[in-house]
Amino acid sequence: MARPFSPKIITANALIQGDVIYLTESDTWTGDLQHARVFTGEDTANAHLAKAVAQADQAVGVYLTDIDVQNGVLVPTHFREDFRKTGPSNYAHGKQEQVTHV
Amino acid sequence: MYKYNDFDTNFVAERNAQFRAQVTRRINGNLTEDEFKPLRLMNGVYLQLHAYMLRVAIPYGTLNSHQMDQLAMIADRWDKGYGHFTTRQNIQFNWPSLTDIPDILDALADVEMHAIQTSGNTIRNVTADHFAGAAADEIDDPRPYAELIRQWSTDHPEFQFLPRKFKIAVTGSEHDRAVTRAHDIGLRMVRRDDQIGFEVIVGGGLGRTPMIGKVLRDFLPINDLLPYLEAVVSVWNILGRRDNKYKARIKITVHENGIEAIRDQVETRFAELRPTYDGIDQALLQDIKLAFAKPAFKSAPTDGFDVAYLNDPIFRSWVDTNVAAHATQGYAIASISIKAHGQTPGDATADQMRVIASLARRFGHDEIRISHEQNVILPHVHKSDLPQIHAELKTAGLGTANIGLISDIIACPGMDYCALATARSIPIAQQIATRFDELKLEHDIGHLQIKISGCINACGHHHVGHIGILGLDRAGVENYQITLGGDATETAALGTRVGPGFSADDILPAIERLVFAYLDLRQSGDETFLQTYRRIGIEPFQTALYDPQDTHAHAAE
Repeated sequence: MARPFSPKIITANALIQGDVIYLTESDTWTGDLQHARVFTGEDTANAHLAKAVAQADQAVGVYLTDIDVQNGVLVPTHFREDFRKTGPSNYAHGKQEQVTHV
Repeated sequence: MYKYNDFDTNFVAERNAQFRAQVTRRINGNLTEDEFKPLRLMNGVYLQLHAYMLRVAIPYGTLNSHQMDQLAMIADRWDKGYGHFTTRQNIQFNWPSLTDIPDILDALADVEMHAIQTSGNTIRNVTADHFAGAAADEIDDPRPYAELIRQWSTDHPEFQFLPRKFKIAVTGSEHDRAVTRAHDIGLRMVRRDDQIGFEVIVGGGLGRTPMIGKVLRDFLPINDLLPYLEAVVSVWNILGRRDNKYKARIKITVHENGIEAIRDQVETRFAELRPTYDGIDQALLQDIKLAFAKPAFKSAPTDGFDVAYLNDPIFRSWVDTNVAAHATQGYAIASISIKAHGQTPGDATADQMRVIASLARRFGHDEIRISHEQNVILPHVHKSDLPQIHAELKTAGLGTANIGLISDIIACPGMDYCALATARSIPIAQQIATRFDELKLEHDIGHLQIKISGCINACGHHHVGHIGILGLDRAGVENYQITLGGDATETAALGTRVGPGFSADDILPAIERLVFAYLDLRQSGDETFLQTYRRIGIEPFQTALYDPQDTHAHAAE
């Protein structure tokens, strides 16, 4: 039996700045995880993944990753994604400085 | 130090112009990411977790003050005001935008620096003893040989698409400060009768499959250096496995084929290559050596140093810990720790870089070194200047007296920055350093090297740490394995894994238990952690880690 599809978002790094970005409902990119589109169906996710990969002028290293939705708040399921949404732990740099939109 | 000639200047300028055009073509859509990625990697540009990272080579760890000032300018203008010095004598900028990198490369070229071959399957930045040219135990300055190798290996047409990356380290002293036995090729200078040559060590490396290098030639005359290196790399270029990147490094080639078979092939290839070297390389070496002539050392009294040493306990502690013997009477080698307790190992702010540059210019014959241990060295300082140097370092937050102590931790960037990492390294290093500073124990503990890597690629050299810490992802949780008994010196050894790993919350208490066990078990204050470990073995430390009640019982007996 196929594994059930867990909720996912699409993420990448921005081509120019290299910062972490997420695909939105309108297939554009945001730096804010809370504005990411959550995919609950595999076919839809893969279709939008293909669209996201095609935006090579904006995004690098596009991939799907698991997400939890807790009371409407998007929460990464893995610590790597948690660090990506925040920034490094040794300095208040990256997203903890400011949320950028692309 | 070596000065670029017209060829060097034009070569770097041309490469930078090519890269500027490549960036433009990538942004315009004329290059795909798959096409662009190998091009950016050839120029030291990685895409990490939060941003691009630019890795800049500091050949054999040598800088002058002008270069250090320029690194500070780059950090301020195009990054976030700091740089990270690495275990391979590079500096990394963690936050450049892609469009700024061509300008950064031009700024580097202005001070004769570049990022070429700091990534990719090529011969990487050649590293050397950070006390080179100054150490009291040195046979000869290894840097001219390292520069000769740099010139030979840069853009070498045969070696641009090797099976994997290839790292060479050179030391000129009996005491190995360059971790030569953990490199693809380690060159250890030796003297036979009246002749200087190299012991050639091959097939060392850390990473997924750690190995201590094996002696390929016990004495290689200087005149044979380049053809012999070319023979080694060309044999590996043919034999090295390209079917599996995890088995591609020369350490696996040596392991699978045996050192004797490799030696036979290398000697055969060397016999073919040797006649093609008609002496130009040796003429070049002689020119290079002129560029590394010793500074004009001064002769001056050291009374001021003696008075400060007697009367200022903070200065005395710093001298005892951070200052090493120099080959010249009245001079010393001063190590500047960029491991202030609780700070990120290897990071220096732009302001700190400028302070170091100023000290080098005024007191250090304009020479600076970067160590693989992620510290900065003023290799030539007169003892009479040390009190002033120390005072200025303290003001800049650079006066930490911890070289070789438990808080002088090597740590890779880990998952705070690195896209390959499986766990964080930096916070673990910060916690350990802070804790042992609070306990005011590190000088009593003495020489103890902790090395932390955030993944099995082992950029933090954990395998050769007296205490090694490896961060892993265990079922979605950071987990830290401990190895004991590693050694990065001429008595190189790989550490032994002590048992199951610890969570991020439990690793600091675990290290504390290990260190307290050592303090209980050592025969005297002079017996180092490594000596104690070698005398009593791993079991008492396993007990301390996993069955601490027994440790307390023994300690009470």
